[in-house]
Amino acid sequence: MQAKTIKNLALASALTLASSGAFAACSFNNDVQLKSLSSGFDAWKAVTGAMAECGNFTPTLDNDFKEKQPDAFAAKPALYQIGGVNNATLVPLLNADTVRALDDLVAKYGSHLQPSQLIKIDGKIMAVAMMVNNQHLMYRHDILADLGIAEPKTYQDVLAAAAKIKAAGVVDYPLGGTYMTGWNLGEEFVNMHLGFGGSLIGSGNQPAIDNAQGIATLEMMKSLTAYMDPEFLVSDSTYVQKQFQSGKIAMANLWASRAAAMNNAEESQVVGMVKMASAPVISETGIPASTLWWDGIVIASNISDAEAEAAFKVVMEGLDTEMVKANNDKAVWLISGYQPSAAAEGAIATAMNGAKPYAAGGPEGIMHGVLGSGLADYLTGKKDAATTLADIEAAYTSKAKEAGYL
Amino acid sequence: MKFKTFAWFVGPSLLMMLLFILAPLISVFWQSFNLTQPVMQTQMVETCTPGFITQICVTEEKTIPVLDDEGNMVTTTTFVGFDVYRELLQPEKAWQKITAGDWRGLLLIDFWGALRFTLTFTFITLPLVIGLGLGLAVAVNSLVKSLRGSVIFITLLPFIITPVIGALSIKWLFIGDGILTAALEWWLDKDIAMFAEAWTIEFLMLFYRVWHAAPFAFVVFYAGLQTINSDSLESAVIDGASRLQQLWYIVIPHLMPLIVFVSLIHLMDAYRVFEEIVGFSSQSHVISLQWLTYEFLVPDQAGNRSVSRASASAMLTMIGIIFLLIYPLRKTWKQYYGGNS
Repeated sequence: MQAKTIKNLALASALTLASSGAFAACSFNNDVQLKSLSSGFDAWKAVTGAMAECGNFTPTLDNDFKEKQPDAFAAKPALYQIGGVNNATLVPLLNADTVRALDDLVAKYGSHLQPSQLIKIDGKIMAVAMMVNNQHLMYRHDILADLGIAEPKTYQDVLAAAAKIKAAGVVDYPLGGTYMTGWNLGEEFVNMHLGFGGSLIGSGNQPAIDNAQGIATLEMMKSLTAYMDPEFLVSDSTYVQKQFQSGKIAMANLWASRAAAMNNAEESQVVGMVKMASAPVISETGIPASTLWWDGIVIASNISDAEAEAAFKVVMEGLDTEMVKANNDKAVWLISGYQPSAAAEGAIATAMNGAKPYAAGGPEGIMHGVLGSGLADYLTGKKDAATTLADIEAAYTSKAKEAGYL
Repeated sequence: MKFKTFAWFVGPSLLMMLLFILAPLISVFWQSFNLTQPVMQTQMVETCTPGFITQICVTEEKTIPVLDDEGNMVTTTTFVGFDVYRELLQPEKAWQKITAGDWRGLLLIDFWGALRFTLTFTFITLPLVIGLGLGLAVAVNSLVKSLRGSVIFITLLPFIITPVIGALSIKWLFIGDGILTAALEWWLDKDIAMFAEAWTIEFLMLFYRVWHAAPFAFVVFYAGLQTINSDSLESAVIDGASRLQQLWYIVIPHLMPLIVFVSLIHLMDAYRVFEEIVGFSSQSHVISLQWLTYEFLVPDQAGNRSVSRASASAMLTMIGIIFLLIYPLRKTWKQYYGGNS
């Protein structure tokens, strides 16, 4: 108990005075100045907090990290030694060759890593994953049970349940959705389009969304938005999480990394009422309409080998069993010692039911971007489905030509 | 002043302008006619990512950039003439929509939609800002002296607030069940969603800009009011002029140079409207020209950005501002030099 308090104190002070050197639970004393740039959600706070215990380490937690990272890592020397990436944001770093292969360091210091943590590109370990993430169904089991609705397995079930909940009038809006214009909205399309068995990019980097699956995806998105807060085009993950926590919505396809927040008594009024389930199936393919993401750590190329070695040692401290035990529910960890809890049931079920990994690449990045900005015109009724898809493909083509992919 | 002294005074700022305004402008101009692309190669790449229990490995064809020996991307730059502008303006498609009388269709092309919003935003806020600023100045000027200081201070507050912060705070008053939306809902007894439709967001943006910019007009006009010759006002009163007539025949002509000045500044500012789009996250409904430039520049998650189109869009924004300013600038010019010619 006392040890835990001390550790929490150390963690807190390490987070606030990051580099002042609080070497509480770190097995060694780091004497190389190190910096990291990563996203800022809870799991990253936990990991960088644990890394800071080794001293001389300054984390930058920034939700816009993906805009800074490529340039910061291309600098000579790189502005950060350690980067937090996911499957998509790793792509520009790989393309520019600004992250190093980690095989030697893993052999030397990473014997405790699980095989599934090692992200291999052409056989070389380029990143160490720490957690997986996906969007899956979260629903208020108290409301669904009251109304006699079984757990929705398909999007048809979701629509039927939403209609019943709306008729019963027990919440403001039956559904929540991360439909904010931009990346979020693009991701919703990607999830469903893959669920219909489509793919974003065809052979020769040609766009592949203006087809029956694309139309079906758009129509499903529109039917769902009828049950959402009319301001869905400005609602991101945090907004949906808050809607859930304040009891305004009954169902949403939300990120696994947000699951633990539902039971956070400090901010949630629905503690214990939200159940996690697999992302719904959208078509006969039987694949859940979701994509699998991972988050992990890379080490910059443009730094000295000594710095890279120190950085990797610090990373291993951040990704150890001790950190996982203290932050078990903050993510679906890949690190040994993780005990899947009720909060992780949805994410695991989604993966087990065969959701596909998010196919990350340059052309996919462009497609995701133009989807994000082009879909709003359909949802606001300015364009019909066919025009929307044709325009998005045209926007993709011109951007892909500019970028040299076509 | 001797020319040498003049040169010493102006020199440093001229140098700064050359360095920080002209040089980037030339670079943007050049980039809008040239396309820089990485050289790509297509390879089979095996990627292993975590699934549950086991890894998922896929081998697929990937297009990746070629790197030179030093690890930099190999790029080629080609002169493309007006291709980038064509990509941005889509003249064929736009013309087809115009001839078909399909205005809604025209506005669905990003550039034209952005131009529409930028122009309406500029021209609706301009008279409101001038009118409100003038009204406030006249009202404060007729206040008791002891109150003026504090009233001026309060009136200036909106101008002091950082634009993005101001826009965000108004957004939070209205978004979802924000305080003011909740109040309106209670008062009108119906469900209101201010951020679900384009016109309500546009209204909020206009309201915000007028609220933010009017104090500047007010301060300038108020200062101008202090210089009015009280003799002419008194004689007007003796001649039996009403307050409105005094305003129309004496105050406004006296303030005209200031009104032109405020209009110039406002036209320049409003045409570059950007903070409102960010603050009210209106991009799903309306965008401005400046936002369009920004959107081209922001890299997507794979790091691609459209520098050439951003440059072209920036050039067009600048040309638009020049067009807008021609009329008031000519007016000012005539005012100062008109007598000589």
